[in-house]
Amino acid sequence: MHYGKLGALRAVLFTALFGLAAQAQAVTEIQWWHSMTGALNDRVNDIANGFNASQKDYKVVPIYKGSYPESMTAAIAAFRAGNAPHILQVFEVGTATMMAAKGAIKPVYLMMKEANEPFDPKNYLAAVAGYYTDSNGNMLSLPFNSSTPVFYVNKDAYKKAGLDPEKAPKTWKEFAVAAEKLKASGQECVYTTGWPSWVHVENFSAWNNLPIGTKSNGFDGLDTVFTVNSPAHVAHIAMLADYAKKGWFTYSGRTNQAEARFFSGECAMLTSSSAAQGNIRKNAKFDFSVNFLPYNDTIPGAPQNSIIGGATLWVMSGKKPDEYKGVTKFFSYLSSPDIQVAWHQGTGYVPITNAAFDVTKKSGYYDKNPGTDVAIRQLNNKPPTANSKGLRFGNFVQGREVIEEEMESVFAGKKDAKTAMDDAVKRGNEILRKFEAANK
Amino acid sequence: MVENRPWLTFFSHAVLIAGVVLVAFPLYMTFVASTLTLEEILQVPMPLVPGGHLWENYVQVLTAGSERGAAAPVGRMMLNSLIMALAIAFGKIAISIIASFAIVYFRFPLRNFFFWVIFVTLMLPVEVRIIPTFKVASDLGILNSYVGLTLPLIASATATFLFRQFFMTVPDELAEAARIDGAGPMRFFVDVLLPLSKTSIAALFVIQFIYGWNQYLWPLLITTEESMYTTVIGIKRMITGGDALTEWHLVMATAMLALLPPALVVVLMQRWFVKGLVDTEK
Amino acid sequence: MEKRVVFRSAWLPYALLAPQIAITIVFFFWPAFQAAWFSFQLQDAFGLKTEFVGLRNFVELFKDPRYLESFKITALFSVLVAVCGIAVSLVLATMADRVLRGALAYKTFLIWPYAVAPAVAGVLWAFLFAPSVGIVTFALRQIGIDWNWVLRGDQAMALVVIASVWRQISYNFLFFLAGLQSVPKSLIEAAAIDGAGPTRRFWTVVFPLLTPTTFFLLIVNMVYAFFDTFGVIDATTQGGPAGATQILVYKVYHDGVKSADLGGSSAQSVVLMIIVIVLTVLQFRFVERKVHY
Repeated sequence: MHYGKLGALRAVLFTALFGLAAQAQAVTEIQWWHSMTGALNDRVNDIANGFNASQKDYKVVPIYKGSYPESMTAAIAAFRAGNAPHILQVFEVGTATMMAAKGAIKPVYLMMKEANEPFDPKNYLAAVAGYYTDSNGNMLSLPFNSSTPVFYVNKDAYKKAGLDPEKAPKTWKEFAVAAEKLKASGQECVYTTGWPSWVHVENFSAWNNLPIGTKSNGFDGLDTVFTVNSPAHVAHIAMLADYAKKGWFTYSGRTNQAEARFFSGECAMLTSSSAAQGNIRKNAKFDFSVNFLPYNDTIPGAPQNSIIGGATLWVMSGKKPDEYKGVTKFFSYLSSPDIQVAWHQGTGYVPITNAAFDVTKKSGYYDKNPGTDVAIRQLNNKPPTANSKGLRFGNFVQGREVIEEEMESVFAGKKDAKTAMDDAVKRGNEILRKFEAANK
Repeated sequence: MVENRPWLTFFSHAVLIAGVVLVAFPLYMTFVASTLTLEEILQVPMPLVPGGHLWENYVQVLTAGSERGAAAPVGRMMLNSLIMALAIAFGKIAISIIASFAIVYFRFPLRNFFFWVIFVTLMLPVEVRIIPTFKVASDLGILNSYVGLTLPLIASATATFLFRQFFMTVPDELAEAARIDGAGPMRFFVDVLLPLSKTSIAALFVIQFIYGWNQYLWPLLITTEESMYTTVIGIKRMITGGDALTEWHLVMATAMLALLPPALVVVLMQRWFVKGLVDTEK
Repeated sequence: MEKRVVFRSAWLPYALLAPQIAITIVFFFWPAFQAAWFSFQLQDAFGLKTEFVGLRNFVELFKDPRYLESFKITALFSVLVAVCGIAVSLVLATMADRVLRGALAYKTFLIWPYAVAPAVAGVLWAFLFAPSVGIVTFALRQIGIDWNWVLRGDQAMALVVIASVWRQISYNFLFFLAGLQSVPKSLIEAAAIDGAGPTRRFWTVVFPLLTPTTFFLLIVNMVYAFFDTFGVIDATTQGGPAGATQILVYKVYHDGVKSADLGGSSAQSVVLMIIVIVLTVLQFRFVERKVHY
């Protein structure tokens, strides 16, 4: 190190000047913690960079903080230590936890009102926004990346089995017919699923207009109880177990491990997130179609509409008004049609505003890219009922795990469906009661 | 061996070779996988001989991380692991040796109390105090920092005990001679004890380096920013990609990079390693 | 055993001890105390509301069948890891003790897995056993075994046991080797003169002399299985499927970090602390380590 005294003086001067200069520009920094990886991470950075370049007062800094549970834990710890981020991306099962943390969050509608920004919840897709509004219709968080489960079918495998590749099964009855033929044609794995609880319990309920829990799936009160052990639910799980025995259903795990088995050609049918389309398109060497989930035609009201998964952006409390103004401006930017269109088309997540959907439709994007509008159409299939607005259960991270554990014991042949779903309800309710007690 | 039984000797060699093969098998397959492309791995069964993509996989992983999982460059992660391993090894040795010196060579009030305080930490591995230790680190503001990665892991009862045992075997005459010569305690420590302790220090260094490099739970909790990941954590984060697909070829390349440095240390410093293991337990 | 010659100084020993004691208090005792404190409280995730509930968390814990199940799983897991690890290493060490040629080479090749982090070991074996792409999975299918550890709990347990044992082999091997090499040759020769064959000699002379080592390794392996295998579980099964591999330490992490259940997780931490204390006392009592000062 040859800096010596003169060098040190220079360094001090330089820092002082630079510091002064930086002071003069005083850009308010806004921290955004998220869990998007890979290409999605790039998109997030694009959005932030675009916003930063469009104005001089605020700078959004996106930081990848690990998976959804990890980033939420980090944020909670940071909040307790007094340095939470401004914006936090929280997955849908964390909604109730965030909503109950009234002292920790700044509701989006309130923030927008205080910052005098025009904000109309009606601009947002009903099926998406509904999940995150309180009982008065006020939006508490901003929808960001939402998807819904859809039904992917390997058209080549259908051809090989003598089925019409353009006619994907609409009901579970038709599904059984197809499954049998596929198995007979030598298909080793006929059907698999990602996110088993999200698809076969939560969306099964919404799509067939059955309640997941009382009190409008928890929207109306913390004293909700689960209802996923109804005869219809039990029959559905038992059906899957039966298919597992017949070799028509192969279990692949709790997240999206199933997707690789579909696009590798191993499994002929898949139910998983609509956001998986991009990956599947990239990797599948066969022709495939995207369809509505099969519904149960013996249940009145089916098919209703599906519910979303994914995450939203929550704003943390305790920040300065100027910072909230910046967040508000960013949210408006994020909701603008151009940004939404680019996000929707680039990622496969559904557009969150009606405007973005209209623009995309008019541009003929959906015609040129068949299957990309299935998610939205399924979400909007019918106006939501109390059973299909979404769900709001406390500690649902644990709750969903309980459901998945019980499902696994059924598929592994360890329990029958009725016992398992009864146990799921019992254990799930214990979790709900604990949440209720801690948040009274 | 008492009598000559060639059949038994042959059998022994056979068993040992089988053992070595079994132990080496995962490593071999990992290496093979790290030289293939993802498509080749996804084709079941994957090839049993190395493929031709060694260079590009390792370069990609070192400089850019995996594409679809957590994308910190592994080169950076290895640096973090190295800093953590070295800091923990040196740190532990430093504070334990002086603490041990104090316990053994001094009489002072509360001496026994302090000894037990150190001893009790044996019963508090980080796993039983996960959340509160995380909270303390968070409150101190040392999350996502080298300080946070290393400082909480530096206090070690085993190192202190090792030095204590060793000091007990140092002849009293040496200390006496130092006293007679008018040397103060620190003089004695630096001029006499330290040089004598070289082998113990070397042995402990090997063990602690491996311990620090292979740390899992603590870095997992305390780092949420990619730039602070260690190699071992990086692997795990590449696998649980959520909306993405596991890129096994890159994961395996990272695994190779994660295990090579400690493996080299073990093999090259075998003598110290064995001594370190045996001494810290007996 | 005390040192005959000591130094005296009013402040130096305290200064020397200060760093270790300071870190111990800040990062060991204070958190441990907090764990105990939290275990008596019910809190929401953000710490906005806390309520003192006495022993309620503990009561709920022991009423929870999943927690009791976790005890069983942990016990099963640690016994399997300890027994398999010890058995395999004993065989290898015995053979290594016999051969004169290549002993160093065998030793080198068998001890390097210790350098592999348990988490990495888990990843390696999970890759070999992956339901879709694993090479061992493929081999098993060829002989008719349908391997899918994502669904079958017993297979998941097998996976984590194999990964954990694989890594521990080197450690156990070294200790057994040292133990074997300290068996007096005269005893073996005497037995041979009496007409005992190698197998008899092993079981009647050598193995009994290895008992202290075996017992020591049993405890060390159990502690390893209790705690250090966290990395294996987290990198592979994450306690699944259906809790089949959810060992106690993993449950503490999972409930505290993933489910933000601070009270329950802290209560579990306290229980674990008690278990560690018992195990450590056992280790010291029976392994002839006299703690003097």
